[in-house]
Amino acid sequence: MLSRAARDPKAAGGPLAELKAFARTPRLRREMLTAAAFLAPSLLVIVVFVYVPILWAFGISFTDWQAGSLRAAAFVGAKNYVDTLTSGDFWNALKATVYFMVLKLPLDMVLSLAAAMLLNQKLRGMSFFRVALFMPVVTSMVAAAAIWRALYNPTTGYFNALLATVGVAPQRWLRDPNLAMPSVVLVALWKGLGYNTVIFLAGLQNINRSYYEAAALDGATAWQRFRHITLPLLSPVTYFVLLIGVINSFQVFSLVHVLAPDGGPLNSLEVLVFYLYRLTFQEFRFGQGAAVSFVLFAIVLGLSLLQQRFAEKRVHYE
Amino acid sequence: MSYRLGRFFGRFGSYALLIVLSAATVFPFVWMVGTALKSQQEVFAYPPTLWPTELHWENFTRVLDRVPFLRFYLNSVIVTAVITVCQVVGAALAGYAFARLRFPFKNAVFTLYIATLIIPNQVTMLPLFLLVSRLGWIDTYQGLTVPFLASAFAVFFLRQFFQTIPRELEEAALIDGASRRRILFQIVLPLARPALATITLFIFLSEWDTYLWPLIVTNTEAMRTLPIGLRYFVEESGSQLNLMMAGAVMAVVPILLLFFMAQRQFIEGIAMTGSKG
Repeated sequence: MLSRAARDPKAAGGPLAELKAFARTPRLRREMLTAAAFLAPSLLVIVVFVYVPILWAFGISFTDWQAGSLRAAAFVGAKNYVDTLTSGDFWNALKATVYFMVLKLPLDMVLSLAAAMLLNQKLRGMSFFRVALFMPVVTSMVAAAAIWRALYNPTTGYFNALLATVGVAPQRWLRDPNLAMPSVVLVALWKGLGYNTVIFLAGLQNINRSYYEAAALDGATAWQRFRHITLPLLSPVTYFVLLIGVINSFQVFSLVHVLAPDGGPLNSLEVLVFYLYRLTFQEFRFGQGAAVSFVLFAIVLGLSLLQQRFAEKRVHYE
Repeated sequence: MSYRLGRFFGRFGSYALLIVLSAATVFPFVWMVGTALKSQQEVFAYPPTLWPTELHWENFTRVLDRVPFLRFYLNSVIVTAVITVCQVVGAALAGYAFARLRFPFKNAVFTLYIATLIIPNQVTMLPLFLLVSRLGWIDTYQGLTVPFLASAFAVFFLRQFFQTIPRELEEAALIDGASRRRILFQIVLPLARPALATITLFIFLSEWDTYLWPLIVTNTEAMRTLPIGLRYFVEESGSQLNLMMAGAVMAVVPILLLFFMAQRQFIEGIAMTGSKG
């Protein structure tokens, strides 16, 4: 507030003076009232349904509130946070989430960039391929998960039939502790590839062609042009795709909840939001669930800030 | 780019890769439709077939007899439409205020909006549930829609767009004494039609697929939205893969048809929100 007051003489006397200055001038007063009317609907919803709940949740996270319990909820300090960080289920969920992300993100980035480069050629029929790759993106996640659950079905699914034709023994896919997460990641890749491809494609089309022409004149090889023109100039897009990829990985839920409603073999598919859902809405441990949700928030926020620090060094803007 | 890749793989290689890639993306849809039309016997046939020998269209009516799919559609349409319209209108008003109007605490209020974008929505699910149950809105349309009638992302997106519109277009009308409301609705919004279409589509697609909140807030079958209705149906259909896939077909086909009719708008809209976000 101080620095703003220094810059803006109207606000020299602090927030109240700023308000008074607006109220004195009829034109500004009218503009202020218009702005208030324009902001009121969305601001009301945001305050009542985002800010009030989040403060409430923060309060709940310091209590032992359990729905259905006869005792009234009591303040327990940071107990829920300590319990979370020492709970095996929490670390299992965090591990599952990180495993999902680590498997999915690199493949997703490489495949979607490759697909975008293939689509960025001036060849016939590109729009057909673009539509094909984009179909899973508009498909509902539950429907997508249902299709793949049927494909993975060990007895009646198609994948084991395909394996049989090449002489490989049938697999248990989502029921196999080692294969379960890779099976989920495959669905997530299929579902999300078209989205990232389109984002990369837009980025590629924004690169000025003259760079490539100049590099070609200087005799740069294809790899050199990719390494020294495409990758650096695409880095803001890559950064965006990576950031969204990390955030979305930590929020994955509906896909896993439909593919394996019980959390998968040995709970190997119980990702963080799944764990949060179980605690809060199946076991009704509200205090504990609220604490887990803030730990999730802290992780997502921390990773975004970390990536931002990293991006300042590594992302090149034209 | 094109001549380089061209030298590497040649056109033939590019096409081959693209065909493999799009075959892999389209294959699950083919399997879905094929299985949806199989008889129960053919579902268990070994080896499984990709396409049925006989087409059993009655699978769809069998699904409809078992679960009220049309009701799920109706619920999804109502909920998505209410949320989308309110978010877009609210964002047009607020976005315009942030782009053009002078008012006290503007930066602070704008920060209040933007800060909501970093909050994972799972954090607010429990208190929202408690709030909605105290209001008596569990298992109602109000409960499904009211908490989500505003979107900070849409406000931000439209503000960015409004800022690119030259001010001169509005100044003449201002001098003539037109109100801000008239200027917004008669001058600015018609010019912002592409941005409005993009954000509408974007909100529609994400709301249509919302999962966690309707899972929590609905109790009865009659209030389920399409994703939740399909999810329970998938659980109940067990080994009847043909019925499960018939349900999936019914959930997927309307949105895919919409996509095929307006694929350019879909894809370019997504690319636009991506690069702005």
